Amino acid sequence: MILQEDMLILSNENISPRVYRMALKGELVLDITGPDQFLHLRVPSPDKVLRRPISISEYDKENKCCVIIYRVEGDGLAAVSQMTPGQRLDVMGPLGNGFDISLPFPQKKALIIGGGIGTPPLVGLAEALTSQSISVTVLLGFAQKSAVILEREFSAVSDKLEIVTDDGSYGRQGNVGLLMDELDVMSYDAVYACGATGMLRAVASRTATHPNAYISMEARMACGMGACYACVVHVAADETGQKSLKVCDEGPVFKVGEVVI
Amino acid sequence: MTDNRLAIKLPGLDLKNPIIPASGCFGFGQEYAKYYDLDRLGSIMIKATTAQARFGNATPRVAETPSGMLNAIGLQNPGVDAVIAEKLPWLASNFPNLPIIANVAGFSNEEYATVSQKISRVQNVTAIELNISCPNVDHGNHGLLIGQVPELAYAAVKAAVSVSEVPVYVKLTPSVSDIDIVAKAIEDAGATGFTMINTLVGTRYNLQTRQPILANGVGGMSGPAIFPVALKLIRQVAQQTSLPIIGMGGVDSAAAALEMMIAGASAIGIGTANFTDPFACPKIIDELPNVMDKYGITDLASFVKDCQEEIRG
Repeated sequence: MILQEDMLILSNENISPRVYRMALKGELVLDITGPDQFLHLRVPSPDKVLRRPISISEYDKENKCCVIIYRVEGDGLAAVSQMTPGQRLDVMGPLGNGFDISLPFPQKKALIIGGGIGTPPLVGLAEALTSQSISVTVLLGFAQKSAVILEREFSAVSDKLEIVTDDGSYGRQGNVGLLMDELDVMSYDAVYACGATGMLRAVASRTATHPNAYISMEARMACGMGACYACVVHVAADETGQKSLKVCDEGPVFKVGEVVI
Repeated sequence: MTDNRLAIKLPGLDLKNPIIPASGCFGFGQEYAKYYDLDRLGSIMIKATTAQARFGNATPRVAETPSGMLNAIGLQNPGVDAVIAEKLPWLASNFPNLPIIANVAGFSNEEYATVSQKISRVQNVTAIELNISCPNVDHGNHGLLIGQVPELAYAAVKAAVSVSEVPVYVKLTPSVSDIDIVAKAIEDAGATGFTMINTLVGTRYNLQTRQPILANGVGGMSGPAIFPVALKLIRQVAQQTSLPIIGMGGVDSAAAALEMMIAGASAIGIGTANFTDPFACPKIIDELPNVMDKYGITDLASFVKDCQEEIRG
């Protein structure tokens, strides 16, 4: 494990307002164990002391390449968005535990639910499932038409793709909970979700009895590798309230019902 | 031997080099052991430990500031018994020669005494860092930290010192009107030395919600932005006491470590820099000989001695 590397930027493109797709090349791609592990990026500004955790969207071990998709929220990722191919980016990773796809899939069916900037890691997941001949249904929610990303990528690796927007400017109006209510969630062998907290709660409330439902959580982090305890979540079945799990090294993927969302 | 140039000897701490990850930034060492051999470090200041397990504060617990950060973890830890049963034995079995500085926190003199006594009996704990200055928990003193009130500081230190089997270094807060008075009270209570500075206190707001970014409202500020504050206060304390000071506050390079020794520190804690670069500590250790050469410093022990003689006349 090399753990940290100055990765080569192959591309860094603006794909929708404030959202960028960056392809990186480096040895640490060989250590990636699954979609939705994350990279911890050092911002190329000397006054930024905290790294930025960004999920791995797709990876290709043969060519030692991976793709991250990030949304600029402040100065830090704004600086990253200005980097150009040929430059190198200081990256820690891969960190965290990705989605578990080594489950039995008797029905050969998986349901993937994504929201906004939580959708990128699900592309790699859908691809991995499809390559195992599992039929993938994808439900995506975005704020409005201009925020819709990765439709083409998801189409290529799913059997069914439905998109909703909050304002109805693209696809149907509503949220992914609405789409979930039209499906028999229990008929899928596994359910995977990544998105904002509200969306994760909506998914969790509809999969509470599902044996294989997983959510990927986002958190403000400092170290990114388990030492600082900035990113903890409460354990669901803990009456003492003292138990916690760390999103960085014990997540970011948790089973529905394992932690308090 | 190259290492000899970096050796520093303090009460309870036979350090092969002066670089020590600061408490709270390094857990109990296990996570960073995946990154490098912890035996490269002078010591480790492990995460603050209290009598009972604590979840700590609500999240978000961190926010960024220019050249720094805020944290409000709130002393999350598994409690002293779990630290003694699990965390310290792991360090002892994997790094038997690494001296450990146990950071002891508490909410009463009894708690400081209980935790100090228990943890000081553990074989690889060679010193205690008594944390009377965490800004992220309420000590029930009308919002004041124990380390802000000389009488309270005296009593807490006395309680710990009287039962500890290892030297007690006391962690000072920069948030005082006169650090000399608090330092004097702590010295009178029998402390072996000081670690300083703990974080400053600050906040950031979210423009959209108009609420603080940190769930706790405020947090402890660390990082290079506080480095000059640390230097000033370390020099101030060094001028009035001959007790050793382990300096910390924004050190992120060998040059900054040496500068803090000029201010009066004998060894150096590294905090926020570990987050920016997980290899910060070994890099600083590797860098030290070159920077020492540049400034004609033959060895750190005599450099520290010279600096302190100059301060104390």
